[in-house]
Amino acid sequence: MCLAVPARIIELKGDEAIADCMGNRIETKTTLIPHVKLGDIILIHAGFAITILDEEEAKKTWQLLADLENFSRNDNTDSG
Amino acid sequence: MLERINRAYKEIARAQKTLGRKINIMEVCGTHTVSIFRAGLKTAFPDGLKLLSGPGCPVCITDQGYIDAVLTIADRDDCMIATYGDMIRVPGKKGSLETKSNKGNIKIVSSAEDALRLAKENPDKKVVFIAVGFSTTAPATAVVANEAIQQEIKNLLIFSNHKLVIPAMNALLTQKNHRIDAFLCPGHVSVIIGSDAYKPIVEKFKKPCVVAGFEPMQIIEAISEICRQIAENTPQVASLYHAAVTEQGNKTAQKIIEEAFDITTGCWRGLGDIENSTLKLKEKFSEIDAEKQLYIKPMPEEDIPGCCCGQILCGLMDPPDCGLFSTSCTPDTPIGPCMVSSEGACAAWFKYTRKKRQN
Repeated sequence: MCLAVPARIIELKGDEAIADCMGNRIETKTTLIPHVKLGDIILIHAGFAITILDEEEAKKTWQLLADLENFSRNDNTDSG
Repeated sequence: MLERINRAYKEIARAQKTLGRKINIMEVCGTHTVSIFRAGLKTAFPDGLKLLSGPGCPVCITDQGYIDAVLTIADRDDCMIATYGDMIRVPGKKGSLETKSNKGNIKIVSSAEDALRLAKENPDKKVVFIAVGFSTTAPATAVVANEAIQQEIKNLLIFSNHKLVIPAMNALLTQKNHRIDAFLCPGHVSVIIGSDAYKPIVEKFKKPCVVAGFEPMQIIEAISEICRQIAENTPQVASLYHAAVTEQGNKTAQKIIEEAFDITTGCWRGLGDIENSTLKLKEKFSEIDAEKQLYIKPMPEEDIPGCCCGQILCGLMDPPDCGLFSTSCTPDTPIGPCMVSSEGACAAWFKYTRKKRQN
């Protein structure tokens, strides 16, 4: 439940946004960060954006997610 | 990277020398627990450092009385349960939500907004949102409560049991037999509450509180910082998660929480009743407050026989010290909540340390 992912806002209407996270489109609410703009990178937690991130930080997390994906794949193969 | 690890080792040795014993650092975030295990940090550090998994997983800390109340609602034909997926397998006195799902009235949601959507799609049902979690999920519940009132959606009912982490940290350090020297503070909760929120803990108990993100390097750095503070006897609040955490936190989210909830005494698994630790909807939301509309009475808190989740959450025991661990309680057949949630200490311990032995 504590997981959060960074994603870039690609559509924004009122406090409803569509954000892109590594090619996945995520519907999110921006009520908690009212000054957000199109193109901003946000941290999404349980369907709500909780803060705006800088580009560098988001890239680091996306890389980490990609690494974890690879790790989990190997991890599951090992245990299976 | 190696340089940072070497530095952590040096700081751990210094802190150990200052204390004259092993250092105990508690993390209070389920995602930290998983990250620590996954990266192998639990065993990578020297013996002088012990990492304790505290009450950081929302599923694990939810009290048995609340779980049993949810299961009672699930038995009602006029109700539909909307819950975060983590809660579905938590066992109560009579089964779990999973075992009651054959009627099709248990729905998993990934956002509070989904609960509102379910209420609109099912006007003949009372959709009860199981509102658990810390200051990260609480503002989302508050937003949806406001939307339900504005849009006059009367069949969404919110059963709030949101928790605040600071009162729990306070309660842990007040216990006479605690063995906590410092806290590794949660990343995303701190995005909302801000790192300054830990100042009262540092001032009262003189224990370092260091916020970190979830990358293993950040956790290693945070442990270095904690040990440096212990070695130099300069406990303070520090944050290494600069990208997302500010000193003041997300003021908008804090205001939304404040306007929607009253802060009350609430029960935590393992810790019992903690003053000012639980968020309940304010009077103005009475018509969508599940406790008021469904006349839910507080259920007695009954521990699961043999389950040591309570002691584990307080850092007093490690999962393998529990008689049920990996014998009758496994991720496939969980008995206690710390084995149910993937962010629970028992589940992480089961998955990562057992595998390590096999290798």
